[in-house]
Amino acid sequence: MDALNALVALANFVVIPATAYGAQLSLGALGVTLIYGILRFSNFAHGDTMAFGTMATILFTWVLQGAGISFGPLPTALLALPVGIAITALYVLATDRVVYRFYRKQRAAPVILVIVSMGVMFVTNGVVRFIIGVDDRNFDDGTRFLISARDFRNWTGLDEGLALRSSQAITVVTAVLVVALLFWFLTCTRTGKSMRAFSDNEDLALLSGINPERVVAITWIIVAALATVAGVLYGLDKSFKPFTYFQLLLPIFAAAIVGGLGSPLGAIAGGFIIAYSEVAVTYAWKKVANYALPERFEIDGLGQLLSTDYKFAVSFAILVIVLLFRPTGLFRGKSV
Amino acid sequence: MAQTFAPETPRTVAADHVGAASAEAPGAGIPALIGDAMTGGYGGGGDILNGCTISIDPGQIAVIVGPNGAGKSTAMKAVFGMLSLRKGAVRLAGRDITALTPQARVAQGMAFVPQTHNIFTSMTVEENLEMGAFLRRDDIADTMAQVYDLFPILRDKRRQPAGELSGGQRQQVAVGRALMTRPTVLMLDEPTAGVSPIVMDELFDRIIEVARTGISILMVEQNARQALEIADRGYVLVQGRNAFTDTGRALLNDPDVRRSFLGG
Repeated sequence: MDALNALVALANFVVIPATAYGAQLSLGALGVTLIYGILRFSNFAHGDTMAFGTMATILFTWVLQGAGISFGPLPTALLALPVGIAITALYVLATDRVVYRFYRKQRAAPVILVIVSMGVMFVTNGVVRFIIGVDDRNFDDGTRFLISARDFRNWTGLDEGLALRSSQAITVVTAVLVVALLFWFLTCTRTGKSMRAFSDNEDLALLSGINPERVVAITWIIVAALATVAGVLYGLDKSFKPFTYFQLLLPIFAAAIVGGLGSPLGAIAGGFIIAYSEVAVTYAWKKVANYALPERFEIDGLGQLLSTDYKFAVSFAILVIVLLFRPTGLFRGKSV
Repeated sequence: MAQTFAPETPRTVAADHVGAASAEAPGAGIPALIGDAMTGGYGGGGDILNGCTISIDPGQIAVIVGPNGAGKSTAMKAVFGMLSLRKGAVRLAGRDITALTPQARVAQGMAFVPQTHNIFTSMTVEENLEMGAFLRRDDIADTMAQVYDLFPILRDKRRQPAGELSGGQRQQVAVGRALMTRPTVLMLDEPTAGVSPIVMDELFDRIIEVARTGISILMVEQNARQALEIADRGYVLVQGRNAFTDTGRALLNDPDVRRSFLGG
């Protein structure tokens, strides 16, 4: 019985939250890795692109709610998602036209584009705060739980409860669908293949008649979609606060680099590695340990390796270790 | 072996292509491609080409040889529009294409195989060929089958990432990719660089086969002797000028050329 309780507690406090968080990070890292593979720079504005997309989705959610439209047990935000994606796509295409294209024409060095993207980051950051404000916002209006802790205890008779929030289930299902769609697009369609060819060998892609501006535009649209989905899922799971999204940049970049920049598969793996490490290191293991260990080994302390305030140190440490020992990442991405 | 990669303009295939005079072909007089009195260099630097002329007749093989730094690759890049000319012109089947970008020249029927980085390493062989045909909107299955007939090993490896192949096989992928646009002129920058002598001979055989289908070939080669043996016309460049121009066979027998460039 204790072993079962340990497993349930582990699932409840570590596996489920980390899986949902990992799916959100993976979607974010996919956007970063696509920009890196095709436009060849690290896009520091990605966290704020996620914030912008979430903001656009929230605004349209309010419109829908005002009109009395709801999505049944699912959050209304999912219904507003396509509109949010479209607005974000227009926004990133506009930044590309106004800002990035100028530097691309000059064949600017990647480090210059990184600095440029930081400028875009600050502007986007300001735009989002200006429009929706700096406060924490909760916009999840669907059913709160698929399985609640109390129901679970009643069904099983265990001491420990297992809660599965609907936002967590939605996160994982949506992430799987989006990733499957992305991989199908990249491997099976003519446009997707031309994007991979452009990422692989830009000069040869030009010789083959692939139009670089079209590839770049489609990349931005896909990245806008990925960023918006990632941002909305994160916001549904936790809450929406522009500053938190800016902070997400570090774990997202850590995920993309751990997996290997430019490798979509790597971005997914990296996202889950970072999420599981972060949750595992900052979780207080006392409860699980005391269920699992024999009585005389019981621990009195919290069994927490690092306070949650320091969770960013985890991504940072993993980032440093990977860059030291395997600079191209687990899936052999590109190195600058 | 299917007959031609470029069915839209049927061309007479020279029966014995070595030494076949261009005057025998219909539409004679107009070269398939000519870089006429080209002068130019990179950026704002000095001229690398000084009035150099390179011309290829339909269905023939032309080879550019010369010492290091003579401007061989530069001459080819100039013909393909990768550097801007200060003087001279480039004409494709009589049309002036001097002002066109390399991409526009691809659409006009020119194909170029760079010396390095000439395949998509992370993509499969078949995807490489598909990308070669990116400009085409019609059915590419026939052309692909022709490439596989020309390079049978690629058919076996078509699902394998091109980056995993050997040096000689990569060159076959590179040439195959270029053939997918059904070009009238195929340009190869040192196709045998870094491959073994046996693979080199095989590649030259394949290049002759491509020429037999009516495609004109312009090649820059380090292996001057072997390249001139298969050349209908050879250009020896020195300091960006035409030093010697003749049939490949004649150049090989020319005592001056032998002494200066072929090592006696």
